[in-house]
Amino acid sequence: MLEIKNLHVKLEEEDKQILKGVDLTVEAGKVHAIMGPNGSGKSTLSYVLSGRDGYEVTEGAASLGGEDILDMEAEERAAAGLFLAFQYPVEIPGVGNMTFLRTAVNAQRKARGEEEMSAAEFLKVVREKAKSLKIDADMLKRPVNVGFSGGEKKRNEILQMAMLEPKMCILDETDSGLDVDAMKLVAEGVNALRDAGRGFLVITHYQRLLDHIKPDVVHIMADGRIVKTGGPELALEVENNGYADILAEMA
Amino acid sequence: MRFAPVLTKPSAKRDADTAARLDVLGDIDATGCLAEARKTALARLTEMGLPHPRDEYWRYTKPDTLVQPQAPAAALHDASDEAPLYDGIDRLKVVFVDGVFDPAQSDSLEMAGIELCRLAELSDTDIHWSRDLYGVLEADGQVPVPRPLAALNTAYASDGIAIRATDKAARPVNLIYLHENTASDAMLHHVIKVEAGAELTVLENGPAAARFNACMEVDVAEGGAFHHVRAQGRDRERRTVTHIFTRLADEATFKSFTLTANGVLTRNEAIMDLQGNDCVAHVAGASLGDGGDFHHDDTVFVTHGGLNGESRQVFKKVLRNGATGVFQGKILVKEGAQKTDGYQISQSLLLDDDSQFLAKPELEIYADDVACSHGSTSGAIDEEGLFYLRSRGVPLAEATDLMTLAFLAEAIEEIDNAEIAEDITSRLGAWLERRRG
Repeated sequence: MLEIKNLHVKLEEEDKQILKGVDLTVEAGKVHAIMGPNGSGKSTLSYVLSGRDGYEVTEGAASLGGEDILDMEAEERAAAGLFLAFQYPVEIPGVGNMTFLRTAVNAQRKARGEEEMSAAEFLKVVREKAKSLKIDADMLKRPVNVGFSGGEKKRNEILQMAMLEPKMCILDETDSGLDVDAMKLVAEGVNALRDAGRGFLVITHYQRLLDHIKPDVVHIMADGRIVKTGGPELALEVENNGYADILAEMA
Repeated sequence: MRFAPVLTKPSAKRDADTAARLDVLGDIDATGCLAEARKTALARLTEMGLPHPRDEYWRYTKPDTLVQPQAPAAALHDASDEAPLYDGIDRLKVVFVDGVFDPAQSDSLEMAGIELCRLAELSDTDIHWSRDLYGVLEADGQVPVPRPLAALNTAYASDGIAIRATDKAARPVNLIYLHENTASDAMLHHVIKVEAGAELTVLENGPAAARFNACMEVDVAEGGAFHHVRAQGRDRERRTVTHIFTRLADEATFKSFTLTANGVLTRNEAIMDLQGNDCVAHVAGASLGDGGDFHHDDTVFVTHGGLNGESRQVFKKVLRNGATGVFQGKILVKEGAQKTDGYQISQSLLLDDDSQFLAKPELEIYADDVACSHGSTSGAIDEEGLFYLRSRGVPLAEATDLMTLAFLAEAIEEIDNAEIAEDITSRLGAWLERRRG
């Protein structure tokens, strides 16, 4: 589904190399997790893949379903099926959550040459999906993320994911700022979307999210590279011993 | 008092301009109960003279076309591409065409809770409540900053409406200004009295004329509330100068919002005098300008005279393709006006490098227990928000529009009535959509 080959990325503003040759393949139906110490390049990877400005790819490639995504605009990548759940979802005053969702859903459909969703159909679907994430009518009406608690913002991200039905979901530290109950709710939302045709890349600092979203593969990232890949047991190892052992082993 | 008037400097150009303008206007209406007010306004004006480009408050906005004897022509705008504003709102319509009251298009001037009277009819009567208000707040508002175009209006306004709310008005009064003559030069003056505990909403919309000079005096008694929402018409070539003078008694509320889209020259002045204790005065504006011929100026003067007064100024301007926005806002807190809470924000969203925003925020405080804050910013669109929207599949142009609406949101939130706010928002959205590449 998602194929990253020898990806090298530096910051546009300063001559600083962040990713130094990332190789990663996420198959459809699988959940891959990336763990790693601060500054290892995890978030940068999610931004580069989703098309944020400010990064320059100096070498390597990334494709989604066989299609090169690095030359696409952010909205084209979204229409191609890529979704990034933000670590810090952005507040957009004056734009109703529902309006935003509908604009996004229909923009993607239009870009793919599909028919737009009618207002009635949209309403029915969004209400159903919001309910399972415990998002009430008021949250749907309010401006996007404005005045939302940390948990509400993350649930709102998952609602967007559910509505947009992407092929490849990247979750950037979705567990940050969440209490246990909120994390469970978010994880349930994600698990409900697990599907044979959909890939997941879960970026996290902690094992605890992976108790709820069970990964098939765990990667350890350090200094801009994937340094170790294993099964779920690798996350436990990190939880128990920290990164030091693994990094020392690599050195 | 310490607040010495800002005197207009002697100038031969000013004298000549003023004489030329008055020459075209001729004699004032010397009949009826407003005659005295007109006479003293003319005397005020003659002493001040019309605005001059070197005047302190006319540095950023050229007064020439507002001052010149004849109105510059303005092409008519075909507004058939959108439904009339406030269409779904039950309201009493008062229609003026090029500054002339049109009874055929207006509703009957009767409504529970309020009294309405055409200004032109007051020429035939000697006694009317509006005599004690007409030109009075305008005259008070000439100190410390002279506002000659308002004095000109008091002296020469040909029509307008007097509204007295004695109770909660059953529905809003909608003043609709149609523009049908490319050379029209209109002056309207409205006097509004909101009695103790009464409530009134006044909606205004439309370009009114090629050149429009409007003056509104609003006196709000104890516990009264006045709401005002205005949309100034999309005619590209129109020129507009407006003044709103308000005086607030104890626990009175005044809230005004203005939407301006297009117009080569718009100058909106709001002069708010919080005389009573515990009063609230909010003034907000959202303006959208596209092109080097767009010039929009908000000039505000808030005076806190009572205790616990709350004032808010929220102005947002979206400028592109060389448009110019101006904000001059002042908060004056008088001695003894303790616990004043004054807030002022003026922001521009510059969608390119050619547009400019000129802001002059001022605070003058003579009380020691007050909270006044002000801020002014100019910036480009929020990249973070833009990326968020695009990452959800919203194309750049549409995402830019949504972020523009987000920028304007704080001003629109000043409209208390949700239905009206939605109407205004859809206007903004439509304006943006028409300009989408």
